[in-house]
Amino acid sequence: MAIIRDVMPAFDLLQPSTSADAQKLLEQCGDDAWVMAGGMDSFDWLKDRIKKPKVVVDLSGIDELKGIRVTGDGVEIGAMTTLTEIANHAEIRKNYGVLSQAVSLVASPQIRNQGTLGGNVSQDVRCWYYRDGWPCYRAGGNICYADTPVGRNREHAIFGADRCVAVHPSDSVPALIALDAKFVLQTPKGERTVDAEDYFVGPDMDITKINMLQPGDLLTAIRIPSTWAGSRFYFEKVRDRNVWDFPLMNVASAIMLSGNTIGRMRIAVNAVSPRPMRLKAVEDAVQGKPADATTGEMAGKMAVEGAVPLQFNAYKIPLMRNLVKRAIAGVPSQQA
Amino acid sequence: MKFLTWATDPWGKAVPIHAAWDLIWVALIAGLLFMIVHALYVAIAAGPKVFAKNEAPAAAAAAVPERVPRHSLAARLFHWVMAASMLTLLFTAFLPMVGVRFNWVLYHWIAGLVLTVSILFHVIHSTFFMDFWSIWPDRIDVRDAMRRTFRFLGKPAPAPQRFAKYPLENKLYHLVIVFAGLAVIGTGLFMMKRIQTIFFIRNPYIFSDMTWGLMYVLHGLAGVGLIALVMVHVYMGVRPEKLPITKSMIFGWMSKDFYLEEHDPERWAVEKSSTAKKRGYAASDAD
Repeated sequence: MAIIRDVMPAFDLLQPSTSADAQKLLEQCGDDAWVMAGGMDSFDWLKDRIKKPKVVVDLSGIDELKGIRVTGDGVEIGAMTTLTEIANHAEIRKNYGVLSQAVSLVASPQIRNQGTLGGNVSQDVRCWYYRDGWPCYRAGGNICYADTPVGRNREHAIFGADRCVAVHPSDSVPALIALDAKFVLQTPKGERTVDAEDYFVGPDMDITKINMLQPGDLLTAIRIPSTWAGSRFYFEKVRDRNVWDFPLMNVASAIMLSGNTIGRMRIAVNAVSPRPMRLKAVEDAVQGKPADATTGEMAGKMAVEGAVPLQFNAYKIPLMRNLVKRAIAGVPSQQA
Repeated sequence: MKFLTWATDPWGKAVPIHAAWDLIWVALIAGLLFMIVHALYVAIAAGPKVFAKNEAPAAAAAAVPERVPRHSLAARLFHWVMAASMLTLLFTAFLPMVGVRFNWVLYHWIAGLVLTVSILFHVIHSTFFMDFWSIWPDRIDVRDAMRRTFRFLGKPAPAPQRFAKYPLENKLYHLVIVFAGLAVIGTGLFMMKRIQTIFFIRNPYIFSDMTWGLMYVLHGLAGVGLIALVMVHVYMGVRPEKLPITKSMIFGWMSKDFYLEEHDPERWAVEKSSTAKKRGYAASDAD
């Protein structure tokens, strides 16, 4: 683990009070700006002195980015809404329980009180080689220290690796993908809305970025349509320490059942790939089939097709197979 | 401006990690400047080409076919495969540097392998099936280059001879491309050991960080240099006075008139062969 040095490098702290001001500031500062939401990821980087931005744009004073609004077609969650508020919100617990469950499993209560949804979905990868400041591909260098014959890669990718093998660590993202959420961005060209799964960028496209935000872009809200409200949801997170840890893997699904037959389904897995994975082939394959163990078994096998394990993470293949199976077939309550 | 980007490796040593990508713009500007200066020179300052009076005897000239073969089909195929792979390599390498996002690494190493195989073919083909020495500068080229330089500077010097199969500029360009090409291929093949391919198990520890860093720097510098070299090559290829040479790389032959105007039959002999005669072609090393 990195040594926290406590003293951050000097930077200009900008604290806008409106999202329009924030976006303008980001546009003006360009690559020099660092966007800070709850600070849970940012302070690691800054205190480790690995990232040394000239300007930090602190979004904590922008009230319009906070809160959950029930709309005619679902809910809109401000990017600066805390994970605790989302976990406890009545409408979300009632109709979008998969998100409530996912965010309630993020880190610790203190972190959930401070951490925001925008920050959780936009956080950087947790590969320790990268976060220790070594000159890996993601840091702009020319090596991946994790994907070597002796690299420590137990937590790393089994899909989608392209030089960098770090995985996306968010718990909320698979739930948002399962709910078909839309991310709302303020950009220099105006507002833009993207599907949840399209917000993320793999290393094949841009190895130094984890999402599509460009300098001057600001994630302002996440909209969840009512399409999947009240579906049968499933969320499961597997981690080394149940009290507080990033996921070794997590899965989220939303299933529209007709009796016990799967009408439609959305399912996503995270911490298996540099960007969260929506399992579209699985969704198509299970349509019209019973939501039982046989279908789950088939879906699990299909989900892991093409997986390429590294030296120390082959366990992720059976783990993913079983998580996908459980997301479809469900589990007896004593095992859940 | 810094030419290299440095980083600190896990052992605390400063190591180069790649060439500074601002050099892309330097190469582009250098290539562009060359074109502008050359175009102005040709339009304003350059006089007509003057060669020593060594035209071929009438009998020898009569023996030259109307279509003088210059590049065999194999040689032309090599050239265009190499050109396609080189352009692919340059675009896949440098477009991401200027913000164009796509899965460039896959296309880059595949194009690199195509280039490697095509160059291996070229080396064998040119060594055993072509006049190997025709592309390398010789003493007459050097002497004529000096004569042309003196004459350009207004000093007395005899007129240069006509060219052999390739003008000196072609030969020098080939020489530079050989070095730049071998640098990117040699380093690129080793760099494949650092990415996921179907050929190797990924292992960056076969060299030290410093060796890898220098390898990346050399790869980058040669790659950036190739931007300017390719720009100049394309520019030369489309210049009106060079079009007969460019066409010969497409159709395989150049006209008798152009051959007799620019080339010295004593340095590049062509004659009709029995089979070529039937096709109106001549026999030469390109056959």
